[in-house]
Amino acid sequence: MSENCMYTKKDFTSSQEVKWCPGCGDYAVLSSLQLALTKLNIKKEEVVCVSGIGCSSRFPYYMNTYGYHTIHGRAPAIATGIKVANPELQVWMITGDGDGLSIGGNHLIHILRRNVDLNIMLFNNQIYGLTKGQYSPTSTRGKVTKSSPYGSIDRSFNPCKLAIGAGGTFIARTLDTDPKHMIDLFSKSAGYKGSSFIEIFQNCVIFNNKTHDSYTNKLTREDHTIQLEDGMPMLFGKNKEKGLVFNNFKLEIININNEDDIKKVLIHDSSNEVLANMLIDLTIADDMPIAMGIIYKRDDIVYEEELINQIKHITEDKGIGNMNELLHSGETWTVS
Amino acid sequence: MRNQELESVVIRFSGDSGDGMQLTGSQFSNTSAVMGNDVSTFPDYPAEIRAPSGTIAGVSGFQVHIGASEILSPGDEVDMLIAMNPAALRANLHSLKRGGVIVVNVDAFTDRNIEKVGFEKNPLQDGSLDEYKLIQAQISSQTIESLKEIEIDSKSKERCKNFYALGMCYFFYGRSLEQTVKWVNSHFSKKPELVKANTLALRAGFNFAETLETVISTYTIPSAHLSPGTYRQINGNQGAAWGFAQAAQSANLTLFLGSYPITPATDILHELSKLKNFNVKTVQAEDEIAGICSSIGASIAGHLAITTSSGPGIALKTEAIGLAISYEIPLVIVNVQRGGPSTGLPTKTEQSDLYQAVFGRNGESPLIVLAASRPNDCFHMAYEASRLALKYMTPVILLTDGYIANGAEPWRIPNLNEQYDYIETRKLNIENIDTSKFNAFSRDETTLAKYWITPGMKGLEHRIGGLEKDITTGNISYDPVNHEKMCHLRQQKINNVANDIPDQVILGKETGKLLVLSWGGTYGAIQTAVRKMQRQEKSVSHIHLKYINPMPKNLATIISNFENVIIPELNLGQLKTIIDAKFHINSIGYHKVQGLPFKVSELEEEFSKYL
Repeated sequence: MSENCMYTKKDFTSSQEVKWCPGCGDYAVLSSLQLALTKLNIKKEEVVCVSGIGCSSRFPYYMNTYGYHTIHGRAPAIATGIKVANPELQVWMITGDGDGLSIGGNHLIHILRRNVDLNIMLFNNQIYGLTKGQYSPTSTRGKVTKSSPYGSIDRSFNPCKLAIGAGGTFIARTLDTDPKHMIDLFSKSAGYKGSSFIEIFQNCVIFNNKTHDSYTNKLTREDHTIQLEDGMPMLFGKNKEKGLVFNNFKLEIININNEDDIKKVLIHDSSNEVLANMLIDLTIADDMPIAMGIIYKRDDIVYEEELINQIKHITEDKGIGNMNELLHSGETWTVS
Repeated sequence: MRNQELESVVIRFSGDSGDGMQLTGSQFSNTSAVMGNDVSTFPDYPAEIRAPSGTIAGVSGFQVHIGASEILSPGDEVDMLIAMNPAALRANLHSLKRGGVIVVNVDAFTDRNIEKVGFEKNPLQDGSLDEYKLIQAQISSQTIESLKEIEIDSKSKERCKNFYALGMCYFFYGRSLEQTVKWVNSHFSKKPELVKANTLALRAGFNFAETLETVISTYTIPSAHLSPGTYRQINGNQGAAWGFAQAAQSANLTLFLGSYPITPATDILHELSKLKNFNVKTVQAEDEIAGICSSIGASIAGHLAITTSSGPGIALKTEAIGLAISYEIPLVIVNVQRGGPSTGLPTKTEQSDLYQAVFGRNGESPLIVLAASRPNDCFHMAYEASRLALKYMTPVILLTDGYIANGAEPWRIPNLNEQYDYIETRKLNIENIDTSKFNAFSRDETTLAKYWITPGMKGLEHRIGGLEKDITTGNISYDPVNHEKMCHLRQQKINNVANDIPDQVILGKETGKLLVLSWGGTYGAIQTAVRKMQRQEKSVSHIHLKYINPMPKNLATIISNFENVIIPELNLGQLKTIIDAKFHINSIGYHKVQGLPFKVSELEEEFSKYL
């Protein structure tokens, strides 16, 4: 790392006053990304934050990098243009469950399909916060909000399932109550070439307080989540006393009483798409632990690299285009 | 046989969508152009790719206007109609001049086909075409007969019938077969049987027409006197695409196009997608919004970014145009207008998106609006749109329409080193400046254009969004007075562009009874009508606006020098409303919204009312 790339958190903190509600989960995410960036070998001027509209989309204003607060749902399209124009930039796309999955759902699936090399942070608080509390595409069915006084009748999205279905190549989950987990995951995401999709369980303290509580609070989260690590057995619980096994074509929990039980437990392999789909589906509603960390990861073709390679190959083949020759191509005639 | 010399002639080739009429028409016009005539063409094809064969919905036409003097439009009334089937006859008869020539493919006039299009009796036999010169040719069967030695299937033989018809027309108008034979040889170079078949069909048609000498006159159209130079045929979409490519080179930038397919704008995407070795980047986006948003991203990162669409797509892009105005970044938005509202008439022309371009956004959101006047003007206007976007750091809407986008005419190829060699940008060169003296909102004092600061420039990191910004720092500001200042600043920046555009040219005398004021793709028909009337010593002049927002500074003076101003438009009076409000006049409107261009004759008639 060269000397001018030695940054502290302060280098990534902008002069603008942070205006999220006191107690909002966004603060911890902001701080974690700032810290993660200090650990990466990058130049600050090559970091770009792009967001849509919503509480989380104010994020770029607070980062002392290049930042673009755009329009509702369209951050993926704008980020695609930025990366195609300058693939050297490290782009962080900040979105929420409304911005990314409702108004911007189309762009989100297509950026994942194209596999543009950037990092997508989807803040999932299961509510519309900036418009003061309406149900979102991830709100649980029956949710009572201002726009659903008798309970929401909508079924909800599982963001990671949508992402893997769209051809996502890096699917991960993290939580706003565990900065260490976030910093580690953001660093890994930055090092990955392709679209990294990170769902962040984030608490909205005003309109949907404690919606993720059972699997994010420090006291109970170990019992309700499973931390995935490649090559490691899928154990969870405060004392790693439970594990996941494959039985009857589904994942089941067994209690770990001895060494032999551990051998029965599945070993995480993030390249296994079938396993990833099963892990993504685990919910506490079914008394299963929620999968956290890198659930799925594979290398694939990166959109902007392909676009630039195509230009390069065709230019090698045809030679650099000359406008005057182009204008004179085909049938021409001279009038004297 | 009589041979007549003609000043100009209009021919319409018409048949089923699959009959190859577009190709036939473009071959005829290319040959004529190479032979020295001025040419204007217009394809007229259905929105459906292949409507059921033999139906009126499936009729595809291509009109060619060739002449011995300057030709400005594809022509009003048709002198010769080539009808490959009853549907083509039925759909086009109304546009044929009384006494005009009809060439029909009698083989297609079966009872079933005749009935299908609603003729009660066979129009070739019931006397209904008596006022025209009717030439009945067995085009299908004669084509197959002439190809009996060729070893291709009979369906392929039948498909050569368009070249048989073309051959006939070449004889009638004294055209050389050379250009088309050359084209056939290069187009089918890998299929020698098809080269033979098409060439034979062309000659068979030519020879057959020669045998008709007792029936019909032949015609000569002398060469037109065009300015010296090298010419080529060009249509508006191709011209626009190349104009953008040239602008990027002159600004030393990469061209980026984010676009979603839509009729009639898609050919710009097609054309630019071919130019990979000109370092042109194209992204076919998932929708119209992503088309413009990817372009906004590319502009943020320092490319010359454009997006192309038609009215319904522009409606979807509207919010993003507002963002580009708020960001103050260069961006060109092309609207190839078609009939509206909603899906409207996708393949027909109209000028009804002017309000959308000038006013169609939330908030005080001024931008530059330009309009191209004819197919061979699109290269220049695309270049101009790019120049102004880059110099003033603003979105520019360039309006064309389906008529000039698909219409083709000869274009004198410009000397790029003289006319199109340099475009100034606001990009900062951070090697040569003290970055501490700049921020996101630093501006050029004369134009008020913001500097172009792109990610990667060290020491100039900043945050920007669609929220209102402080006039000096660019940071979020909800301050009431600041917002008002920003609205004025954005407006003033666009107003300043008036200092950077050419004065309005007046075609005719500077004072008089009637001023015809027009814009966009109606130039050809209107200028033709005005010239005819000027030759008759009528007190009429013409100005054609290409810079619509802001307008040329001398416009007020020009307008004040005429007793009446008439504004003909293919809408219900959109420019008229703007002109009346801006110059406090009460102009005369003349409106047509039939998805069709103006006819010279209807314009002459209308203008005469005020003389």
